[in-house]
Amino acid sequence: MTAPDLFFWLCAAVLMMSSVFVVSARSLVHAVFFLILAFLNAAGLFILLGAEFLGMMMLIVYVGAVAVLFLFVVMTLDTGQPGGTLRARLPAALAAGAILLLELAFVAFAGGPTEVPEPLPGGVSNTRALGRLIYTDYAALFELAGAILLVAMIGAIVLAHRYRPGVRRQDPVRQFVRQQGESIRLEDPAVGAGVSEQGR
Amino acid sequence: MTVTLAHYLMLGGAVFTVGIIGIVLNRRNVIMILMAIELLLLAVNLNFVAFSAYLGDPAGQVFTLFVLTVAAAEAAVGLAILVVFFRLRGTIAVEDIQDLKG
Repeated sequence: MTAPDLFFWLCAAVLMMSSVFVVSARSLVHAVFFLILAFLNAAGLFILLGAEFLGMMMLIVYVGAVAVLFLFVVMTLDTGQPGGTLRARLPAALAAGAILLLELAFVAFAGGPTEVPEPLPGGVSNTRALGRLIYTDYAALFELAGAILLVAMIGAIVLAHRYRPGVRRQDPVRQFVRQQGESIRLEDPAVGAGVSEQGR
Repeated sequence: MTVTLAHYLMLGGAVFTVGIIGIVLNRRNVIMILMAIELLLLAVNLNFVAFSAYLGDPAGQVFTLFVLTVAAAEAAVGLAILVVFFRLRGTIAVEDIQDLKG
């Protein structure tokens, strides 16, 4: 069994286990963390397959954004799931850490070029090949994806934004049309007279 | 045992199955359902990338990129809807979400 094969089995096993834990975890927070673990191992498999760009995208988009979003919502909504004691969770936590350490050590000590399926003829890197496709054949779809993201962003903001009375808000239009004359007033008060709100 | 395309496909299928089981298993919890959907999309992405690698055609990875985009958008909007619903009703249990029922 070669090194890439070993890496596949390791990643596949952890991916399988963590996805089972995602759907069976009692606590939502635990489920989110197992989801992150599943994404990490999927990213490892992507890189093993030669799709480095997508592997990194998985890390950035899923682990960095989507999982954190889930975590925020889970922690904000207080769905009242019970958790175990620290001592009960310790073995599982140690096992998870040991497996991750094993993966990292494997990457560190495997060394040397390994034979992975070569996805691209012509010797261009994965990112370059993907970029060539995205900006030529799939340009329209790429623009569409951007539009989807924009709509999702605006939609999420509009949905989750809350108007609260009594909060001072910025009014950009008023800020822009404001002139010097209505903002600054020069005063020359007599000694002891003071300045009133409306002027003299 | 050498890893072949079939192994990746089986792994993808297994993760997909787990995701389906998760949706059925956690019918009462919307966040759980959303997470199971993320698992389903992950399995599909795995299949796309595996085929792309073994067929030597990077177009499969482009599709994965789009699936990733849509998944991120779906998670953002879905969670925003959840937050709004929780603010209005104080619960996100699925059986309480039936306002659109005729």
